[in-house]
Amino acid sequence: MNALDLQAETTSDAGVLRFITAGSVDDGKSTLIGRLLFDAKGLLRDQVAALSKSRGAKSAQDSELDLALVTDGLESEREQGITIDVAYRYFATPRRTFVIADAPGHEQYTRNMVTAASNAEVAVILIDASRIAGKGLKAQTRRHATIAKLMGLKIIVAINKMDLTGWSRAVYDEIRDGFARVARTLGIEDPIYVPIAAVHGDNVTRPSPHTPWYEGPPLLEILEAIDATRRNDGVVRFPVQRVLRMADGVRAYAGRLESGVVRAGDEVLAMPSGQQAVVQSIRTFDGALKSAIAGQSISIVLDRDLDLGRGDTLTSLEARAAKGLVADLCWLDEQPWEKGRRYLLKQGTRTTQALIDGIVFVREMTELSEVGEAAGLKLNDVASVRIKMRDPVLADLYGERPATGAFVLIDPVSNQTAAAGMIREAA
Amino acid sequence: MTASRLSHLDWLESEAIHIIREAAGERTNLALLFSGGKDSATVLHLARKAFWPEKLPFPLLHVDTGHNFPEVLEFRDAEARRHGEKLIVRQVEDSIVRGTVKLPRPDASRNAAQSVTLLEAIEEFSFDALIGGARRDEEKARAKERIFSHRDEFGAWNPKSQRPELWSLYNARINAGEHMRVFPISNWTERDVWAYIAREGIALPTIYFAHKRDVVRREGLLMPVTALTPPRTGETAERLSVRFRTVGDITGTCPVESEADTVEEIVAETEIAELSERGATRMDDRVNEAAMERRKREGYF
Repeated sequence: MNALDLQAETTSDAGVLRFITAGSVDDGKSTLIGRLLFDAKGLLRDQVAALSKSRGAKSAQDSELDLALVTDGLESEREQGITIDVAYRYFATPRRTFVIADAPGHEQYTRNMVTAASNAEVAVILIDASRIAGKGLKAQTRRHATIAKLMGLKIIVAINKMDLTGWSRAVYDEIRDGFARVARTLGIEDPIYVPIAAVHGDNVTRPSPHTPWYEGPPLLEILEAIDATRRNDGVVRFPVQRVLRMADGVRAYAGRLESGVVRAGDEVLAMPSGQQAVVQSIRTFDGALKSAIAGQSISIVLDRDLDLGRGDTLTSLEARAAKGLVADLCWLDEQPWEKGRRYLLKQGTRTTQALIDGIVFVREMTELSEVGEAAGLKLNDVASVRIKMRDPVLADLYGERPATGAFVLIDPVSNQTAAAGMIREAA
Repeated sequence: MTASRLSHLDWLESEAIHIIREAAGERTNLALLFSGGKDSATVLHLARKAFWPEKLPFPLLHVDTGHNFPEVLEFRDAEARRHGEKLIVRQVEDSIVRGTVKLPRPDASRNAAQSVTLLEAIEEFSFDALIGGARRDEEKARAKERIFSHRDEFGAWNPKSQRPELWSLYNARINAGEHMRVFPISNWTERDVWAYIAREGIALPTIYFAHKRDVVRREGLLMPVTALTPPRTGETAERLSVRFRTVGDITGTCPVESEADTVEEIVAETEIAELSERGATRMDDRVNEAAMERRKREGYF
C-alpha cells in the first residue's frame, strides 16, 4: 500500500462513523438499535428469528419482534431486561459504515457508557417523551450529556416514543427547549433534534407521516451525513510502541500515528526528552511510504541514534511536556479516590505515577452546577482536578488533540481502571 | 497531496496492528491462538505486519480437540513452518487421559472441553496474555467483550464487571496467575475478514472453498459425513458442493451449500448471506441462547 493507493481507496469510502446510544433506562436505546439494524438490513434471518422466540417476561404481551434483544447479549441482562455493558454492532448503508455502541442507562453502569463514548464520534441521546412531559429531564440524561460533551462527541437528541404523546408538537418543543438549556449550561454546540418512535420506525430510517411539523431528515440520514472527521492540522503525535530492527540493521520506531501527517525529511522531537531528529524513512510490511496520515500503523527510522523506546512520543517541533495538569475526570471505580494515594497514569504508550493534588469542582447532576470544596471522588463522579506526575507527560489539550490529551488512571493495587481523564490545561 | 482519511479496511488493519503491539508492549509472555481457521490466519498475518521484519515475539498455540479437519491441521503446520514461527500444540486427548476432561459420551463434542486444555497450557507455559481472533459480530456474548479482556486465576471471564476500556489506552495489568485475552479483530465483521483476505492474498485451508462432500441434513444444517459423524438411522448421505464458513470441531461445524471456489466469489456470497456465520454452521451455539457466554465464563475463547 502506498500513498497513491490510499488516496484512491478513500475516495469511494465515506469512512466509518462510530456512535453511541445513550439516555436513561427504558428510554429505548436497545430498541432504536434493533430498529436501525432491522431496517438497514443489518440483521440476518436467524438473528431475527431469535428476537421473536427468546425471553418471555418483558415481551410476553408483545407479539411483535422484541428489537431490544438484539443488543442485550448477557444472560443477566436478559433476565433483568436491562443493559449492563456495551454491546457493539456493525452495519452499513450504501453511504457509510457504522459501529454502534449500545451504552447502559443505569447510573451504576455509567462507567460502561464512558467506555462506549471514548471510542465514538457521535452520541445519540434518547429521551422518552411520554414520561418526561412537564417534569424536566432525568439526572441520567444530564449525566450522559455531560459525559458526551466532556469527551467531545457531537450530540443528536432523539426524542423517542412520540407515538405515546399523540405526536404532540408541544411535548417535542418542551423537551427540545429543556435540553437546549442543558446544552447552554454545558457549552454543547448545536445539538440536532429529531422526533422518533423507534418501535415503529418513524423518523428512524424513513420520514414519519405523523410529524408534518418536523422538517429535518430521519435519524439514519442525519448519521449518514454528519461530518465527524477531525480536522487534520498536520501536527504530529506518534507514541512509540516498540523498537524494531530493520533488515538493513537500522532501528525503527513502531507505533500508530495518532495525529497529523508525517513525511520523510520532517524534523521531529522525541518527547519528553526534547531531542531533535529528522525522519529518514517510513517503513511498513507493504513497503516504504513517502508520508503517513493519522491512524496509520507504521515504523519510523530517524537520521540519528536516540535513546528512545516505548513510552516516548515523536512530535512536531511545537510540543511541550508538563509535570502538572488540570483535567476533567470521570471516576469509574467502585473504590473511591483516596487522598494522597498514587495512581498510574497512562497517556499514549507512557505510564507514570500520578497524584491527585486537589479537586477544583465536582459536577452536580441535577442543576449541573460546579461544587467546589468537594472532599472526595466516588463512582460516576465527574470532576475537574489538579494532577501532578512523577515524570513529565505531553501537555496536549483534549479539545485539540484527543488521542494524546486523554489518559487513564489505574489503581496499582487492584489493577482496576479508576478514571478517564481529559487534559484541559498544563499547570 | 495526501489522503486525509483511511479507508475502512485500512483503519481496521491499523487498529489491529496497534492492539497487537500494545499487547506485546504491556505483557511479557504471550501466545497467539492459531487454529488454521480464517480468523486466526488473519490475526497471524496482522501480527507479522506488526513486528515486520522481525519474527513474532511469541509462539503460536493451538488446542487440538482431536476432532479437527485434517486439511486444517496440515495448513496450520505448513503456515507455521512457512513463516518460521514456533507452534505449540496441546491435545484435549491428553487432558482426557489425565482425567481433567470427562466427556459425557466418548463421541461427545469436545468444543467446551478445549477450555480445560487451554487453561492447562496457560499454566504450563505461564502465559500472561493470549491473542485471539474472536469478533464482536460473531455472537451476542462476544459483542460485549473488551479488546483487552481480563481473566481471573480460574481463567474465568466476568461479564458483569468488566474493566472500563477507554480510547486506545488498554489496561493489561494483572495479578500473578491471571491473564489477559486480547482480540485485535474485535471490530471486524465476517465481510471485513473476507474482503481483507482477498486484498492481502492470505492463504486458507482448502475446506473454505467449494468442494464435493458427503453430508446429511440435520436440524436444518448440513452435517459432514465423517468417521466421527456417521449418518444416523434414517438419514441418507448426499454428495453436495459445499464450503465451510467457520472451522472448528468436526462434530459441531457444518458446511453450507456453495459453488464459490475463489475468495472473490466467497466475498460476493457473504454480501448476500441470509444467515449469520455461526447460525448457519454451529451446532454448539444452538444448545441455548447463552451457550457461548457460559463457555466463555469457563475459560473458552
